[in-house]
Amino acid sequence: METVDDSIGIVETKYYTFATPPKELVLESGEKLGFITLAYETYGNLNAEKSNAILVLHAFSGDAHAAGYHPGDNKPGWWNDMVGPGKAFDTDKYFVICTNVIGGCKGSTGPSSINPSTGKPYGLSFPIITISDIVQAQKRLIDFLGIDKLLTVSGGSMGGMQALQWFASYPEKVRSVIPIATTMKHSPQQIAFNEVGRQAIMADPAWNNGNYYDKTPPGRGLSVARMIGHITYMSDNSMEEKFSRRLKDKDDSFSFKSNFEVEGYLRYRGDSFVKRFDANSYLYITKAMDYFDVSGDKFFVTGRNVDTKFLVLSFKSDWLYPSYQSKEIVQLLKMRQVDVTYCEIFSTYGHDAFLLEVEAENKLIKHFLKKVFEEKGENQWAQIYRGLII
Amino acid sequence: MGANIPRFDHLIIEGIIHNGAKVVDLGCGTGELISHLADTKDAVVQGIELNENAIYKCVEKGLSVLHNDLDNGLKGFPDKTFDYVILNQSLQEVKKVEYVIDESLRVGIKVIIGFPNFAHITARATLFFGGRAPMTAALPYQWHDTPNLRFLSIYDFKNFCRWKKIKITQSCFLGKNGIVNVFPNIFALNAIFVITK
Repeated sequence: METVDDSIGIVETKYYTFATPPKELVLESGEKLGFITLAYETYGNLNAEKSNAILVLHAFSGDAHAAGYHPGDNKPGWWNDMVGPGKAFDTDKYFVICTNVIGGCKGSTGPSSINPSTGKPYGLSFPIITISDIVQAQKRLIDFLGIDKLLTVSGGSMGGMQALQWFASYPEKVRSVIPIATTMKHSPQQIAFNEVGRQAIMADPAWNNGNYYDKTPPGRGLSVARMIGHITYMSDNSMEEKFSRRLKDKDDSFSFKSNFEVEGYLRYRGDSFVKRFDANSYLYITKAMDYFDVSGDKFFVTGRNVDTKFLVLSFKSDWLYPSYQSKEIVQLLKMRQVDVTYCEIFSTYGHDAFLLEVEAENKLIKHFLKKVFEEKGENQWAQIYRGLII
Repeated sequence: MGANIPRFDHLIIEGIIHNGAKVVDLGCGTGELISHLADTKDAVVQGIELNENAIYKCVEKGLSVLHNDLDNGLKGFPDKTFDYVILNQSLQEVKKVEYVIDESLRVGIKVIIGFPNFAHITARATLFFGGRAPMTAALPYQWHDTPNLRFLSIYDFKNFCRWKKIKITQSCFLGKNGIVNVFPNIFALNAIFVITK
């Protein structure tokens, strides 16, 4: 589907380190974390007024590599269909930033990083982090890049939670928010799925209370956790279309070998995940999602209305983050008379839709961003005008 | 939503609302009316629409629009959020008419309702002489493919308002070639009412 030609091309991951002791980052739990390194990538150019910066936020297992190609790779970044020249997040117009979350294992500080005070990987001595901590760290990177106000923050799933958290934590720093296939708070069902994943990891003897960095990692547990995840990302319909009851190999019948195609797919997904993801990061990040709750008054911390604009998107067949959760976001915004556009996009892909229904997302996001970006001019004039009167 | 609506009704509605008004259009379709009102009246506009493709068109025009079924009401909007709630050519497609009108009167100071008049002379003649389900310029559908669920006349609507103790502050009746002042329940294809509680 993608060719190298319509992507941003070759990109590289950069690193920003901050929170040097004794100026550690104070986390929501009260614990401190430092040094912190954030892996990040940028695409496009920051304009002179620094008014075209966009932060895209990755989902649970994502990373800083949202678009383009790393040298030698044949697969582009995770949102390459959305970020690039002429795409929704148009790198000819906008400066797009993506960073790996803290707690992760893709270059940002997480449980697999070396604890500076012991010289060994943190493991379970890594503090519990929340979505608000993740966003607080991102704010430090945005400050470092010299950006005062973001044109938009956007992401799907856990990326959407971060987008909402950005507004809750720094409402005056975001001109618009685009939360996709997400929620204001994890429901018991969502917590339950995460807990099953965590228990699968913890039940693997190789997990060893999180101390496995010099040994064999808990691959079986992590793989099962990922298999459960993948079931929740698809829909009954998309699984029927993709696999139906097809068999991989008739000779495997009447045994427990993975002879249904769907079994083979899940095992393949599980096994390949083990190669690229850290089991402890799985525990920490899923817990951060479970703690997430910006519902009600927690969303409007400053108590005053702001002129931030919202584009809320959900997908019809998404049963992991069902549309009613997006509608709750819209409801809250309506009550506060915040400018909001909402669309439930028709799709049969389930939760995966936010990565797949790019045509619909492109159309909506492109025009929404254009509106927000161009309104800047008017506001500036209004400010100058007010300045003259005062 | 409703096809073949003369743009004339948009001009009438433009004449009703004041400059800078806060307006929500229930069943805004592709957003022609509200983008017109935003342009000519500096109105602060919001659309609500059920059709996904129509929503894309609204967003293309730079409008704020919510994907929602009118029958689910306007939950979330505080009382008197809008100066005007517009229900133009959408009331006849609504299931819970009374509820939608109550909700509109709650969130808006005034409600502008436009609908096709089922008692237009052509409709009467088709039924009476032709013995067939009526079709007119404002009711262009066959019985089997009409999106309309409600078939009301100007009289019906006035009676409804009397029964609900709703005040009609303004009314306008539209024919093929302009305003109809004589026997509107016979000669008007469309009616526009401004109502308030």
